[in-house]
Amino acid sequence: MPAVAETIETVSAVTEGGYKWGFETDIETELAPKGLSDETIRLISAHKEEPEWLLAWRLKAFAAWQNMTEPHWARVHHPPIDYQDIHYYAAPKKKAPKSLAEVDPELLRTYEKLGIPLSERAALAGVEGGQVAVDAVFDSVSVATTFRETLAKAGVIFCPISEAVREHPELVRRYLGSVVPAGDNFFAALNSAVFTDGSFVFIPKGVRCPMELSTYFRINARSTGQFERTLIIAEDGAYVSYLEGCTAPMRDENQLHAAVVELVALDEAEIKYSTVQNWYPGDAEGRGGIYNFVTKRGACRGRRSKISWTQVETGSAITWKYPSCILQGEGSHGAFYSVAVTNNHQQADTGTKMIHIGANTSSTIVSKGISAGRSNNTYRGLVRIMPKAANARNFTQCDSLLIGDKCGAHTVPYIESRNPTARVEHEATTSKIADDQLFYCRSRGLSEEDSVNLIVNGFCREVFKELPMEFAVEAQKLLAVSLEGSVG
Amino acid sequence: MVLLEIEGLRAEVEGKEILRGIDLRLPMGEVHAIMGPNGSGKSTLAYVLAGREGYTVTGGSARLAGEDLLAMEPEARAAAGVFLAFQYPVELPGVGNANFLRTALNAVRRARGEKEIDAVNFLKEARAALRRLSMADEMLKRNVNVGFSGGEKKRNEVFQMALLEPRLAILDETDSGLDIDALKIVAEGVNALRGPDFSALVITHYQRLLDHIVPDKVHVLSEGRIVRSGGPELAKALEASGYAGLAAEAA
Repeated sequence: MPAVAETIETVSAVTEGGYKWGFETDIETELAPKGLSDETIRLISAHKEEPEWLLAWRLKAFAAWQNMTEPHWARVHHPPIDYQDIHYYAAPKKKAPKSLAEVDPELLRTYEKLGIPLSERAALAGVEGGQVAVDAVFDSVSVATTFRETLAKAGVIFCPISEAVREHPELVRRYLGSVVPAGDNFFAALNSAVFTDGSFVFIPKGVRCPMELSTYFRINARSTGQFERTLIIAEDGAYVSYLEGCTAPMRDENQLHAAVVELVALDEAEIKYSTVQNWYPGDAEGRGGIYNFVTKRGACRGRRSKISWTQVETGSAITWKYPSCILQGEGSHGAFYSVAVTNNHQQADTGTKMIHIGANTSSTIVSKGISAGRSNNTYRGLVRIMPKAANARNFTQCDSLLIGDKCGAHTVPYIESRNPTARVEHEATTSKIADDQLFYCRSRGLSEEDSVNLIVNGFCREVFKELPMEFAVEAQKLLAVSLEGSVG
Repeated sequence: MVLLEIEGLRAEVEGKEILRGIDLRLPMGEVHAIMGPNGSGKSTLAYVLAGREGYTVTGGSARLAGEDLLAMEPEARAAAGVFLAFQYPVELPGVGNANFLRTALNAVRRARGEKEIDAVNFLKEARAALRRLSMADEMLKRNVNVGFSGGEKKRNEVFQMALLEPRLAILDETDSGLDIDALKIVAEGVNALRGPDFSALVITHYQRLLDHIVPDKVHVLSEGRIVRSGGPELAKALEASGYAGLAAEAA
């Protein structure tokens, strides 16, 4: 993140100092009235000029949602959410831009503050050794997508999902909801009813996506929810690495974020999906912050296909998220690498589900939970081996690190095996940063805070090495910021 | 000039008094050995000088080149030139040795108002130091002390010391658990640093290390006090009579 003067000001303006991305952008916003009804959904759909089938799909999801209840099995506590007190649509007022040149300069400045080089020239100059194409989603709409022409030459489609609905309706219709059905769970149903934007990626047969793809989500408007929907399809033999990042202003209210991400990998395709989640976590007393209720699921439909989820979760007041893999294709592989950090009053209940359906499927789970302050951090994971999954393999490693004595770490593994040839391994450790480790580092000249960072980064190394280089660096910095003041 | 001046130093651990009034003057450029039986307070002295939490000073003083050492945080002591070679070096999983050392070196340099070292020059210096200690470059890539043999851990301590260039090195039983070849390498590493700007307290239980690092003075610690001081011959005498004989003599 570049140390822009405004960013520094923002940081010094808040007492707890921690959250650098808390500024608000002064921009004219168009809001749907608060509340959720058929009307709201029709309004969103009309705004997006959607086809009839999609409106019908949304309304069906909404009908299902009305008969569902909010899940409460996770180890998180929050006051009831008033779903009628939220704006379900917020968009910068200016009409959707045709090219980057038309994007509101205020928006571009916002993304610049976040350290995201949106203009293609900046991206070319700024990223060494590789290029990153960015889709930026501001509140409910995608505001800019870079490198589209370069990608189009390779046959890759990377665009806002609302645009994909118009330009590639057959693809969207075939895959939307095919991994996470509209009525899958309470939050997924809500998302299906009201999703506003998100990214769409299609990598055709045999194509290796020539650059990293990335989406940055930003919640700006007050009292709004963000409900983005991402759909990534990799055809036979295709490869793509995708990264999402997210931030929000500091507010003393809680804001709801309920996203759905669906991945589809066909024969021998590979999708690497990385997340650096840095939504506003609330202040040191636990006021404000994002409620992050997210459904992410990948389907390894093809033979020897691969899907990996790598996540670095440092933000949000509450995280409820279980990126999963359905390992259907023979010999397919699923992976989940996670670092989840909670500090102050943050709560995280996160993990994964690996559903082994096909024969010779394998999965790897590496979860690193770090708790500091008065926070609670839970790993919850399911490994299910179905009867036909002969020779399925799973390896799970689940490590928790505690900083201080007022926080909690919990590990809740569920293992179900219905095939006798399967092998499932689970290893779990819980440790505290040992006094002798801290003293060793300090006796070599490192400050207490630098010592903690070094030890914590070491603890997370297995996960960080799965991230693309430039994001690994960002993740390390984020970790340092998140744990500021957690020792001593 | 006296580099380290300890006067009437008392310290306790978990409410138990371990150091009961230590007096010691270590002039610049000298190497002093501290010997004594188990439980005499040797390691406690090392930890108190390096600033370990839980080692509470209850009286007396320790000054480094005239400055109050006991008032400083451990990292400030490192910046001021104190280096403790641990008896039991600590493992840091996932932290690469090279990264650890460069971070430490730059922290110390910043605190001293010196320029930070870049990765290329660091590697150059680190490799040169490794060669002097007969250690493989591969050491730099491994995680700090993780999976190291006892001898490798001790050599890694001396390697760190060589790079951090302290003016006061405290070696806490660096010879324990070393075979004779490793012992010679460690001793050579320490001897290479000897000079007018380097002083050391070599804490050891056995005389054999002092055959290789010949001290200017030897102090014998017993029940938290220095009961005898003398030249290198004192260590040899101890070897012959044992600590028991000495304690009887002191009483």
